[in-house]
Amino acid sequence: MKKVIAVLLAVAMLLVFAACNGSKTEKPPETPSTPGEASTDAPDATPADSTGDLADLKVGFIFLHDENSTYDLNFINAAKAAAAELGLSDEQIILKTNIPEGQECFDTAEDLVDAGCTVIFADSFGHEDFMIESAKAHPEVQYCHATGTKAHTEGLANYHNAFAAIYEGRYLAGIAAGMKLNEMIEAGQFSAEEAKIGYVGAYTYAEVMSGYTSFFLGARSVCPTATMEVTFTGSWYDETAEKEAANKLIADNCKLISQHADSMGAPTACELAGVPDVSYNGSTVDQCPNTFIVSSRIDWTPYFVYAIKAAVAGEAIDTDWTGTIASGSVVLTEINEKAAAAGTAEAIAEAKAKLEAGELHVYDITTFTKDGAQLDSYLADVDTDADFTPDTEVIKDGYFHESEMRSAPYFDIEIDGITLLDRNYG
Amino acid sequence: MHIVKRDQMEWYKSWLIRAAAIVAALIVCALVTVILTHKDPIKVYATMFSGAFGTPRRIWNLLQNIAMLLCISLAVTPAFKMKFWNIGAEGQVLVGGLATAACMILFGGKIPNALLILVLVIASILAGAIWAVIPALFKAKWNTNETLFTLMMNYVGIQLVSYFSMYWEAQKGSGQIGIINQSTRDGWLPTIGKYEYLLNIIIVAVVTILMYIYLKYSKHGYEISVVGESQNTARYIGVNVKKVIIRTMILSGAVCGIAGFLLVSGTNHTINTTTADGRGFTAIMVSWLAKFNPLFMVLTSFLLVFLQKGANEIATVFGLNKSFSDILTGIILFFIIGCEFFINYKLVFRHSHKEVK
Repeated sequence: MKKVIAVLLAVAMLLVFAACNGSKTEKPPETPSTPGEASTDAPDATPADSTGDLADLKVGFIFLHDENSTYDLNFINAAKAAAAELGLSDEQIILKTNIPEGQECFDTAEDLVDAGCTVIFADSFGHEDFMIESAKAHPEVQYCHATGTKAHTEGLANYHNAFAAIYEGRYLAGIAAGMKLNEMIEAGQFSAEEAKIGYVGAYTYAEVMSGYTSFFLGARSVCPTATMEVTFTGSWYDETAEKEAANKLIADNCKLISQHADSMGAPTACELAGVPDVSYNGSTVDQCPNTFIVSSRIDWTPYFVYAIKAAVAGEAIDTDWTGTIASGSVVLTEINEKAAAAGTAEAIAEAKAKLEAGELHVYDITTFTKDGAQLDSYLADVDTDADFTPDTEVIKDGYFHESEMRSAPYFDIEIDGITLLDRNYG
Repeated sequence: MHIVKRDQMEWYKSWLIRAAAIVAALIVCALVTVILTHKDPIKVYATMFSGAFGTPRRIWNLLQNIAMLLCISLAVTPAFKMKFWNIGAEGQVLVGGLATAACMILFGGKIPNALLILVLVIASILAGAIWAVIPALFKAKWNTNETLFTLMMNYVGIQLVSYFSMYWEAQKGSGQIGIINQSTRDGWLPTIGKYEYLLNIIIVAVVTILMYIYLKYSKHGYEISVVGESQNTARYIGVNVKKVIIRTMILSGAVCGIAGFLLVSGTNHTINTTTADGRGFTAIMVSWLAKFNPLFMVLTSFLLVFLQKGANEIATVFGLNKSFSDILTGIILFFIIGCEFFINYKLVFRHSHKEVK
């Protein structure tokens, strides 16, 4: 007993000593920890000099994983880019990585409030309920949750959702995939009927389903005989499972792979097998120089800049904010000329112009069928409820209106041409 | 040079060795920090300290995390003391938590809250106990390897949680249950005043004292020690070894079930595969480091939680990857565990005298 106490006392003493030495520099963040409400008046009284407010602003970010996850890396980079654009110093942005989807998310949000943050972002779907809990406790702090679905029904003035019309980016990336398939068919590598795409998904969740469907429609718009097989890992981040899933698809004669899961599993498997890969969340060209074609991703910088500016100016942040190609939120990475088919850039540019002009709609009902028939009406589950009640008509003017009723995707139709090999489990 | 087992060392000598180990660990950590990251090591240590104690909330979180780790450490202790290698605490906690979550979902709003909480406690204890008694029965009946068996039971438990996460998912296809009964708070462990985790901490404190008494003063506790020392001796003095194994594992699993209950009803109010967060394995280290003494475990679980909290803060403040803080934690634990070697053994460089006279 004595021994262990003694050891721990020794540790504690050393650390106290260390803390005393360093604590002078650490002082400022600790001051606002006690009352918290005292400073709330400041953002409301906002005259023209918003630069003054930016100077003492603090922004917190909560990430599910760290930079080893392509998904979180994309957010982390955007956070840093937004800080640079707004001229915020390193001390003004607090990045919390590896925050699980449980009470720890709530505790972390509270800790960020203690540290003086007035805007807090979180990047994972499962963080939502815990962000809402914290938002209820701190009406003076703005909570911005990416990928969530509840803001429009929760009725909290300081809780907001955001997403981007990433299905448009997926569609454009799909065009690159279709062009590659065409090139391989022309080179005699396989027949047009064998043009099968493999897709590694995380869950049978609308975000994933919307993603692979738009990708497939993009590919089929240039390679009409294309088909697709999808397998699910049941996890957003499981490197081994994603790699195995990609290998399974390759063994099943899939000629090209794409994925919606957040590790390097699928791209690495493709590089090893020499199968072309259309990536997600960012370029994987460094690790996969021979097989990486292009990647679509959401650039969160515009949203971060928008939300922070609005918070500082005391203006309301959109309850549901949907980024678009026009807002710079939906982007494609550099095309890897080594792997991509000739003319890919031009074909993408052409489709992109049409999408922006509203001449082309990704989910044009004439381009896909369900059970052999065209869909003229579809009720989607836009408002979250326990029974997944379909509540909103989303097919109007000849196309499915994705990401318009709320920011998070709700396209969950299993269209013809795509085979689901399993559901949620690999 | 050869290694010789020491006699019991005087307390101040082992004290000195342990203190030296900590100092050495901190110096090595400082060197590693300077060489790899060019950061000021004193600042890094200060940051660790503020990560654990910086604000009242952080202290509460620290206590809460200690309580959870301690509870699971207490659970594995009787089994380990008996030399029954129960590495299935992770799974036992998860199924305990799953039983809690299931009852919260199924009975929430249908029965009075006090009754519901009673149901949660019973369900979680039963679930944890069942998960632990299965390997114990196999061990007692057919002498199966409990290490592998309990490990496999973890995976079964994780898959069950994974399955039910999808069964009760809040958003179609998302595989996320989300906060259970968020608006009604049915089945949520009540909070004492505004102190969210106080009740968890009190419950674990009570369990700690009970476990201490049980192991040290009860007949059962004595039987556990005897079985742990030598099963043959136990048999010789008339202890029913099989009965002790099964009984002890039921206790072990039941306490894991309580931990699962506290994690779901008292903390997260949801369940997913990361709810136990590896504590089922860390608990083994806590228990061994404390030499199976529940009171020492308060200190060893404090040490591990402190290191973890401090390490996370380093990752945030210095923009270092979490892996770096894991390296620091690893170095410190290496020295702490390593110094036990020098307390129990000594190195002899040459023969000072002949054995044969």
